[in-house]
Amino acid sequence: MRAPGHLKKSISFAIIGSGGAGALTAGAILLETAGKAGWYGIMNRSVGPQIRGGEAAALVRLSTHPVNCMAESFDFVIAIDWRNADRFAAEMPLAADGLAIGDSAGGDVPATIVASGVTLAQLAMKDLAGSVKGGRENMIAAGLAAKLAGLPIDSVMAVIEAKLASKGEEAINASRTCISIGAQEAERFEHSFHLDKPVPGSARRWLITGNEAIGLGAVRGGVRFAAAYPITPATEVLEWLAPALTRVGGALVQAEDELASINMAIGASFGGRASITATSGPGLALMVEALGLATASEIPIVVVDVMRGGPSTGIPTKSEQSDLNIAVYGCHGDAPHIVVAPLSVADCLFTAQWAVHLAEAMQAPAIVLSDQSLGQARALVDRPADIAFVGKRKVLESEVEATYHRYALTGSGVSPMALPGTAGGQYTADGLTHTTKGIPSSKESDHQNQLDKRRHKIESFDYGNHWADIETSNGAGTETQFTILTWGSLAGPAREAMHILAAEGIAVKLLAMRLISPFLKQSFLDALQGSQRILIVEQTHSGQFHEYLRAKCDLPGEVRHFHRAGPKLIGPAEICTRIRDWKTS
Amino acid sequence: MNIQKTATFKAGDYKSDLTPVWCPGCGDFHVLLSVTKALAELGTPPENVAVISGIGCSSRIPAYTNCYGFHGVHGRSLALGAGLKVARPDLTVMVMSGDGDGFSIGGNHFLHACRRNIDMTYIVMDNRVYGMTKGQPSPTTEPDWDSALSPGGTGLSPFHPLVIALASGANFVAREFSGDIKGSTRTIVEAVRHPGFSFVEILSPCVTFRPDEREWKNQTHAAAVEATDDPARAARRIMTDDGFNVGILYRGHRKPYETHVKDTAGDPAVLEEEFAI
Repeated sequence: MRAPGHLKKSISFAIIGSGGAGALTAGAILLETAGKAGWYGIMNRSVGPQIRGGEAAALVRLSTHPVNCMAESFDFVIAIDWRNADRFAAEMPLAADGLAIGDSAGGDVPATIVASGVTLAQLAMKDLAGSVKGGRENMIAAGLAAKLAGLPIDSVMAVIEAKLASKGEEAINASRTCISIGAQEAERFEHSFHLDKPVPGSARRWLITGNEAIGLGAVRGGVRFAAAYPITPATEVLEWLAPALTRVGGALVQAEDELASINMAIGASFGGRASITATSGPGLALMVEALGLATASEIPIVVVDVMRGGPSTGIPTKSEQSDLNIAVYGCHGDAPHIVVAPLSVADCLFTAQWAVHLAEAMQAPAIVLSDQSLGQARALVDRPADIAFVGKRKVLESEVEATYHRYALTGSGVSPMALPGTAGGQYTADGLTHTTKGIPSSKESDHQNQLDKRRHKIESFDYGNHWADIETSNGAGTETQFTILTWGSLAGPAREAMHILAAEGIAVKLLAMRLISPFLKQSFLDALQGSQRILIVEQTHSGQFHEYLRAKCDLPGEVRHFHRAGPKLIGPAEICTRIRDWKTS
Repeated sequence: MNIQKTATFKAGDYKSDLTPVWCPGCGDFHVLLSVTKALAELGTPPENVAVISGIGCSSRIPAYTNCYGFHGVHGRSLALGAGLKVARPDLTVMVMSGDGDGFSIGGNHFLHACRRNIDMTYIVMDNRVYGMTKGQPSPTTEPDWDSALSPGGTGLSPFHPLVIALASGANFVAREFSGDIKGSTRTIVEAVRHPGFSFVEILSPCVTFRPDEREWKNQTHAAAVEATDDPARAARRIMTDDGFNVGILYRGHRKPYETHVKDTAGDPAVLEEEFAI
């Protein structure tokens, strides 16, 4: 093996194979190894629709510093087999000096990879694994990838031993042997990349997916009831919550459909428990009627939408940001509610916890718009800071006289909510337009008052500075010509683009919106003060975010718009190209 | 079943002072009376009772009680009730519906509420017609019933709620007639006391769109035999009776849905451990 040409701050690789070959397991082991040895990283998976036997790719990026998106080009790819690999070749373009290693027994190298001009090499992983009793080719691939990336093999072994502890010594030894063989074989392949040493002394590290982080954030925020209906790519939120809730005195119920799951959450919250459900686009479409009910009856709930390609069944396993419109505008009637979007895997925790706080404080539904690229990505992050937000609902504290008005008009628009069991607080929560006492009414003044009340409580709430992440590459307050304006999961690539451009001497501001609705017009315009050129970036085909912003205010300066449907994620290099081109135009 | 007799209540203590939107002569007035009488007999304080409904004439009932109420969207009352009962097992949850709300748009939830067996009581006021939208056939309407929406009748066999409840695992199945206040009250008391999911279909005439249903008071009759705990036997009886056999028809022994909600919440910090590396 040639000595590493240069040390890189970040290395990306893919391990691919047919479903069941263990590509994802190999990737997960290496990610954990990197974390234990002090690096950061992120792993996403690209899988086909088959339950078993389809193609699967572990897309891994390891780094000396925290990373919030995948790299756009890969240093190497290891194909346990090449079957169906062309289906996701577009999602893992190899770098010009990249290396593709495949098993000749596993089919032909896809034409796109041959055409890319990267170095092609072969390794008989299947045969090598076959020479070890109980050996598996994914462990050969893991050893090979570890060595190529520059991970200490001892650390890989330690992770394997912990992971396979329950399977016995024989299984551990077989894996150890395969990893050693893979690492040894790596000597044969010339490559010019190597991962730089980790930054020492960093905080306690977590390995967590966006979907798990949503669950933990919700529980930290006070959620003690969840209603569940499985749907890709949101199911893991619910699967994580099921045992977690019972450990903290809560419960999860599996519902018969999404119509039931959201109504169960509303019912539980009516009873005083902070409640959640999680779904994806098709499920959200079914939940929209009940979102209006929660709005009108002022029952707080959190609905997580882990977005996937749409419309209709779309691409269930892949990411898109195209549920923005339904989240903001889906309800019939005028139904103000909260829509927030996490900005990274780690931020899924913060944003979910914040959403519980917002929903409870305002007695309104809050939608959390995550997506597959966050939800199913597993990332090495610094332990997220403890935040103080805990859902605190204004409730009717004790028995009252006969004059209780559940929907009283108050200064904040929020009125104390009586929980069942409180004598004298009895009222009927209703989707019908109602009086301040909750009595059904079709009077113009009642309708107007309650619509005003529900809008006011959301628009006048103090969201603090959490509504967006606003950063400037060369320090706060510096003048920048360019602003990258984005939301949700694209904050990661946008932030990385900002840093790349800063190194080239192009100062850029990042405005990444966490609070989508209500739209804080004044804060938004203040943040854009002085921006001359604004690049709006979003992962939708039609440009929903751009249209939303245009509908809400007049954008200052010149505006360009970079948008694309999934599943190919928008990455930092593409954003950089657009800024550079604009600068020279 | 968290029924504690803490004080003496009268039926009137469970009634609000709102005037129902129902037509004069509507069977639902009687159901409201039976429900309040049953609650008084059970002695559960009004604030510990939640009356949950969907959309339709019968679903207006929560606001006519002095209990906590939820008038939700069409067809989803059982889901609201299920979430509430799991979150708050201390409450007595009564879910109230009609034949359109409960068996058409809410049909799927009915099946799963029966099999989930959460400890709550489901009362469906069956008048075999959509009344609030002024006279369309429902799943329990006779196939030849003529209406503007289905001229000449739907030609469809009526849905058989009691048998479907049995097939789906309901733990308590009864039929009553709204005009029989005494019988309805007794059955509702038994239904609330019975652990698990209890289903009571109350034949409740719509005098406006189904004046023929005024005859129900002459057609209904007490079930000739005691309730069974054999669902197959109960189903056979219900399939072969004249549809006007009233009383408790089945009492099962299935264990109610278990909830894990505790009053003392654990510390969420314990959940972090799995993520630390």
